[in-house]
Amino acid sequence: MANQEMEQLVRREYKQGFVTDIESDTVLPGLNEDVIRFISAKKEEPQWMLDWRLAAFEQWKEMTEPEWAHVNYPTIDFQAISFYSAPKSSDDRPKSLDEVDPKLLETYEKLGIPLHERAALAGVAMDMVFDSVSVTTTFKKQLGEAGVIFCSISEAIREYPELIKQYLGSVVPVMDNYYAALNAAVFSDGSFVFVPKGVTCPMELSTYFRINAENTGQFERTLIICEEDAQVSYLEGCTAPMRDENQLHAAVVELVALENANIKYSTVQNWYPGDEEGKGGIYNFVTKRGECRGDNSKISWTQVETGSAVTWKYPSCVLKGKNSVGEFYSVAVTNNMQQADTGTKMIHIGEGSRSTIISKGISAGRSDQSYRGLVKILPGAKGARNFTQCDSLLIGDQCGAHTFPYQEISNSTAQVEHEATTSKIGEDQLFYCRQRGISEEDAVNMIVNGFCKDVFKELPMEFAVEAEALLNVSLEGAVG
Amino acid sequence: MLEVKDLRVSVEDKEILKGLNLTINPGEVHAIMGPNGAGKSTLSAVIAGRDGYEVTSGSITFEGEDLLEMDIEERARAGLLLGFQYPVEIPGVKNVYLLKAALNAKREHLGLPELEAPEFMKLVREKLQFMKMDSSFLHRSVNEGFSGGEKKRNEILQMLILEPKLALLDEIDSGLDIDALKIVSEGVNSLRDAGRSIVMVTHYQRLLDYIVPDHIHVLSDGKIIKSGDKSLAFELEKRGYDWVIEEAAQ
Repeated sequence: MANQEMEQLVRREYKQGFVTDIESDTVLPGLNEDVIRFISAKKEEPQWMLDWRLAAFEQWKEMTEPEWAHVNYPTIDFQAISFYSAPKSSDDRPKSLDEVDPKLLETYEKLGIPLHERAALAGVAMDMVFDSVSVTTTFKKQLGEAGVIFCSISEAIREYPELIKQYLGSVVPVMDNYYAALNAAVFSDGSFVFVPKGVTCPMELSTYFRINAENTGQFERTLIICEEDAQVSYLEGCTAPMRDENQLHAAVVELVALENANIKYSTVQNWYPGDEEGKGGIYNFVTKRGECRGDNSKISWTQVETGSAVTWKYPSCVLKGKNSVGEFYSVAVTNNMQQADTGTKMIHIGEGSRSTIISKGISAGRSDQSYRGLVKILPGAKGARNFTQCDSLLIGDQCGAHTFPYQEISNSTAQVEHEATTSKIGEDQLFYCRQRGISEEDAVNMIVNGFCKDVFKELPMEFAVEAEALLNVSLEGAVG
Repeated sequence: MLEVKDLRVSVEDKEILKGLNLTINPGEVHAIMGPNGAGKSTLSAVIAGRDGYEVTSGSITFEGEDLLEMDIEERARAGLLLGFQYPVEIPGVKNVYLLKAALNAKREHLGLPELEAPEFMKLVREKLQFMKMDSSFLHRSVNEGFSGGEKKRNEILQMLILEPKLALLDEIDSGLDIDALKIVSEGVNSLRDAGRSIVMVTHYQRLLDYIVPDHIHVLSDGKIIKSGDKSLAFELEKRGYDWVIEEAAQ
């Protein structure tokens, strides 16, 4: 469609609404219907998609911001946020690594990120995109041969409207919560994965390949569908601190697993946590949910959370299918002034459904962390089982750890187990390691990594190694 | 090797060591005995550098260096090893990993490269065998779920691998049955040589049947009140500590 015309139209109506220069468009702060129309037009979306967004916006206006989480932050002024920013042109980016904040580079170094990737992560403009083009091409070809669709959600809306209409919002309804409704109205971009019946995705899918190329923005939307007997492992995020100027992030991730399907979703989240006083950090309010629709299907969430000033997220599983399986493995680290309220929900509907929750929380500095988990067993979930273990490790004496487990059991044949521990990183453990000649910092890393072992072993190998390095960097200076 | 002079140490403003003197020469094996609460564990903790102990006066030198100026890990790398009475559990950290990190820290201090994996494993297997330990033990978490005997054997295993110049063994015999005591003692004895010193803190004569010391000291109320050769242990076993304390009071 005449995208350009549309844009002009919108611009004419709201002269003050948009700043446009030759290279980039950024919407002036504020949220209204026209901003949504603009976003939709920018993405060349069909009318039905625009209608969907507008309906979500109408509902969002009726909703109020939730306040139950155990976090504190100033009230967000939604009229002060810009809801659309086109990818930066190469002129605005650093020209070379010499122009990048040396502190950021130091962190990359510590994480062991290869030189050429450091440039990409720091947002350095790269006209000659070295290996990654060929890598991506080979990658796409292989996926195409297998019948797997892996593309941006914008592209999917244009190319696979039937799949989008069928599945988008089917796991996380627009009305689900305040931020989910907001995301539905203004989502910028995200990933779409479709694995057809009987196919095992030939490789681990990673957002990493895509995100470097384009700024997906603050309202990410991801949809992963695994048909009968299909399998996929998806990696989100990256251990390196990502350059980002948006403070509010409200993503929605939906997973659908049909009969015998298996989805493994791994996240490493390392958004900017703010300075030592917590200033400038990102608010990360995410809704992640997977639905095991078919019998014997399985969804497994593994997350390593070290970034953001305020994190609020509960990757959940709705276990509808008979004997379906939900898993949640989480390591969350908070340091300095970071706050995190995170956990999961396991909703057992199907007979014989099983779930496992392993949560490891590490608090250091003056940070505050809560585990919040719901295990709900509906009347029909005969013989359902859940095992929950949540452990907290405190470093120093100014941080906090809280556990809020909720259990709603409506079937007497269900078995639910809950174990929780809170421990301080032992003076005794530190002394023991140091008495063997190991430096204090290495000793802390060793003890913390040991504490997280049960979760790290669920991560894909490469990710696990990176996650360990990331933890070490995140806790630097936490002791002594 | 180790020179402790007029050492006074307080814990939370309570004086525990009250002017302690002790000289350990290379190659010597010493046993420190004494009633409960005499300050035996405080002495080993202060030498190793544990927090919470305030040295109010006196000095400790190790091979001529001022030990009190050194961090815990510096002391360890310089060749001081403390065998713990109650070795702590570290969940999720494999034994083999701790051993490797410790050995490499020491090698780095000596300016040596890290040991290659096959060499390291060869060394570890040899020492495991000596301590009559199963290799599955390497992949268990440090001290987690170990029996009392296994924990003590693990301490000695670390000692065999790290080859300290001075080993300070705190109640290494407590909680051991006779077979485990033999194995632990053999481990310690295998390290006796002219360049290495060993200090054992113990309650019992029994240990000294297996690791025969050159010198025995009686520690009471924060001071060494009597020193002698191994025959002193038999006397203590027979007559208790009271006569020594009375003798010292005169």
